[in-house]
Amino acid sequence: MRRVLLFIPVLLAVTLGIVLFAGIGKDPNKLESALIGKPVPEFVLADLHNPEVQLGPEVFRGQVSLLNVWGTWCPACRDEHGDLVWLAEQQGIRIVGLNYKDERELALQWLDRLGDPYQVSLYDPRGELGFDLGVYGAPETYVIDPDGIVRYRHVGVVNEKVWREDLEPVVRKFREDS
Amino acid sequence: MYPELGQFALILALLLAVLLSVVPLVGAITGRDNLQAFARPLATGQFVFIALAFALLTQAFLVDDFSVAYVANNSNSLLPWYYKFSAVWGGHEGSLLLWILMLAGWTLAVAVFSRRLPTVMVSQVLSVLGMVSVGFLLFIVLTSNPFDRLLPNVPADGADLNPLLQDFGLIVHPPMLYMGYVGFSVAFAFAIAALINGRLDAAWARWSRPWTTVAWSFLSVGIALGSWWAYYELGWGGWWFWDPVENASLLPWLAGTALMHSLAVTEKRGVFKSWTVLLAIVTFALSLLGTFLVRSGVLTSVHAFASDPTRGAFLLGLLAFTIVSSLTLYAFRAPVVHARSSYGGLSREIFLLLNNVLLVAATLLVLVGTLYPLVLDYLDMGRLSIGEPFFNLTFSPLAVAVGLLLGAGIFSRWKKTDGGWLARQLLWPAATSLVITAAALSYYGSFTPWAFAGLLSATWVTVATLRDLWLKSSSKKGRWHGLRRQSRSYYGMVLGHLGLALTMAGATVVSNYGVERDVRMAPGDTAEIGELRFYFAEIGSRQGANFTATYGRFEITSDGEPIATLFPEKRQYVVQRNMMTEAGIDAGLFRDLFVALGEEVSGDAWAVRLQYKPLIRWLWLGALFMAAGGFLAIADRRYRIRDKVAVSEPAAPSAANPAATAGTREVLS
Repeated sequence: MRRVLLFIPVLLAVTLGIVLFAGIGKDPNKLESALIGKPVPEFVLADLHNPEVQLGPEVFRGQVSLLNVWGTWCPACRDEHGDLVWLAEQQGIRIVGLNYKDERELALQWLDRLGDPYQVSLYDPRGELGFDLGVYGAPETYVIDPDGIVRYRHVGVVNEKVWREDLEPVVRKFREDS
Repeated sequence: MYPELGQFALILALLLAVLLSVVPLVGAITGRDNLQAFARPLATGQFVFIALAFALLTQAFLVDDFSVAYVANNSNSLLPWYYKFSAVWGGHEGSLLLWILMLAGWTLAVAVFSRRLPTVMVSQVLSVLGMVSVGFLLFIVLTSNPFDRLLPNVPADGADLNPLLQDFGLIVHPPMLYMGYVGFSVAFAFAIAALINGRLDAAWARWSRPWTTVAWSFLSVGIALGSWWAYYELGWGGWWFWDPVENASLLPWLAGTALMHSLAVTEKRGVFKSWTVLLAIVTFALSLLGTFLVRSGVLTSVHAFASDPTRGAFLLGLLAFTIVSSLTLYAFRAPVVHARSSYGGLSREIFLLLNNVLLVAATLLVLVGTLYPLVLDYLDMGRLSIGEPFFNLTFSPLAVAVGLLLGAGIFSRWKKTDGGWLARQLLWPAATSLVITAAALSYYGSFTPWAFAGLLSATWVTVATLRDLWLKSSSKKGRWHGLRRQSRSYYGMVLGHLGLALTMAGATVVSNYGVERDVRMAPGDTAEIGELRFYFAEIGSRQGANFTATYGRFEITSDGEPIATLFPEKRQYVVQRNMMTEAGIDAGLFRDLFVALGEEVSGDAWAVRLQYKPLIRWLWLGALFMAAGGFLAIADRRYRIRDKVAVSEPAAPSAANPAATAGTREVLS
């Protein structure tokens, strides 16, 4: 009987192995969000530029938007910033910024200096919406359709390649649908 | 032609490893000495060819042979020579080769320093090490050949080494870490050999102990170096991020710590045999898991290595085969009969058992925290980020408990300890450490439960350890005589425990009393932390070997007295166009002052991060103490006497890789 107990480690190892095997080949930057196909969680957050203005999920209505999670503390956000400006200015993409766990003053200085690609900027110093979205780390970018439904999630830097291969097809699809 | 020679050397090493994993084992099982005699020459040959491959790859880096893909991806002609050298292990293929070189080095060390062991045991241990080697050599030859060429389109120059890795810390951090990871393979091989021939006894534990201790010491240094490197190089002033890759190095360390202590019990008292052998397997399994997590890309991490599914699958296959087969062997062969020796409720055995329980709990905790995202993903339950708060909240109580238990355990006796006697022994240390903790808290000026618990635990360990030393060293011939009479392994233990206390004190104080300020400063501005005034004197620029830097000059004063002048930098690397932050640090035994230059916010104003980090050096100093303790312990006379005899026989020269054998050489010194 005691001998049987000694087999427990093997069983644990095999179970762990199956889980690890399932993890291989999945690009960790393409984490499926549990929210895909579901509406953006309810939120009330202040506008980054105007602390008195309160914004909610209605900011996503009517047009396909990208929701970009960023912060001044995040070096990779700086890398992608130029590409976001390019997307907003050259490609006419509507980008909603979610300033995540950051300080208003620093964030405004950053946008002042590097350019502001965001049509709407949400200010989320305590990471409330970020938590509801299941943000794993900045930067993350979501595609939200005109009905406010989350359609795609990209973890990591957005650049021209990511845009062409991953984001643009989704954006185009939901633009045509609407 | 040299790169092809390198590849050829790897293939030859693979063939030798295959022979090593079969021939001596067959010899041991069938009792044929002529087959067993092959073990040592094969281990030596394997090492020679792997070292040759490693030397040839190094040579390709030093002469800028950009026709080799791995060199072109990880080096550049502008790179200083010492970074060209460390770039050898700056990428996947090279670090794998370093891993294999270490394994071959440890195998060679076992072959050299095992002359007193029974031949059967040596053959089996070397065969098991050969099997591990076969797996990894297959991995490198089939999926990650570092000698692949970029022909005929040879790039004019290389893509450069990641600037994060262009640093002294990276030259030494991976080799130390790998020495530790791979070193546990020896304890593993001893465990497997003991399971095969059913000889799980005190002798087996005694042979395993020094190897485990050395590997553990290297791993301690490796982890500390990584933490130190993250502190000054990543530019944020943090020293531990609970990043998956950091956790991957902490897992075998925790399990290895448990193994060291459990081996002590098995050697001295002949109990916990099944448990010890399981720990030896698990520790090495966790080392392999760490390698897998870092190399397969199943988890996101700041150590963003390129991930490749084929490699991940191969590595997992290797991992699965090693772990499942060894655990199955364990399940069939481990002894289930109760050991005859008995021990009481307050015996040292029980204290060490509790130590093991806590350490294993900590290991499981870190393992679960690290793999939780993967498991949730597998179960389709979405993603949840487990971050620092989870680890800090759950790991800290365990660390405090380990410390409190350790202080009491030091005074306990084997078999049976009288409760009243133990309580009397503990009274003074308890009172002293309470007083010291209170004094420290009032010095730092505030009370938090965590600061109290952490400092109490650290001082308790210190006071108890020193008191034990004091009691043990009392002698009729005077204190000096008493101190000299203690064995080196006892002093090793004292050092190790003091190191733990140092690390705990450092971690507690810096987490609770460190000050961090992010301010906007222009040249001419002054910012303050307590009595310290940080004056931003000027901003300038300079040209480095392969980067241009903007630096700030900060003059720090306290009450008008100048303390330090710091030059934090922002570097722009020419080839990869990365920006790197080089913090300016004034290091001290009791506090670090840390200035990092952030972004230029507007005009000539900069975002500046100022930090006051009390006792942060103690963290790493503690790890060095622990490692020194480990090395001292294996220099103990009882290992030395055995090896003196070995020296009289001509030992195989191992000059080719002094790093790999440095630890074991101590045995002879």
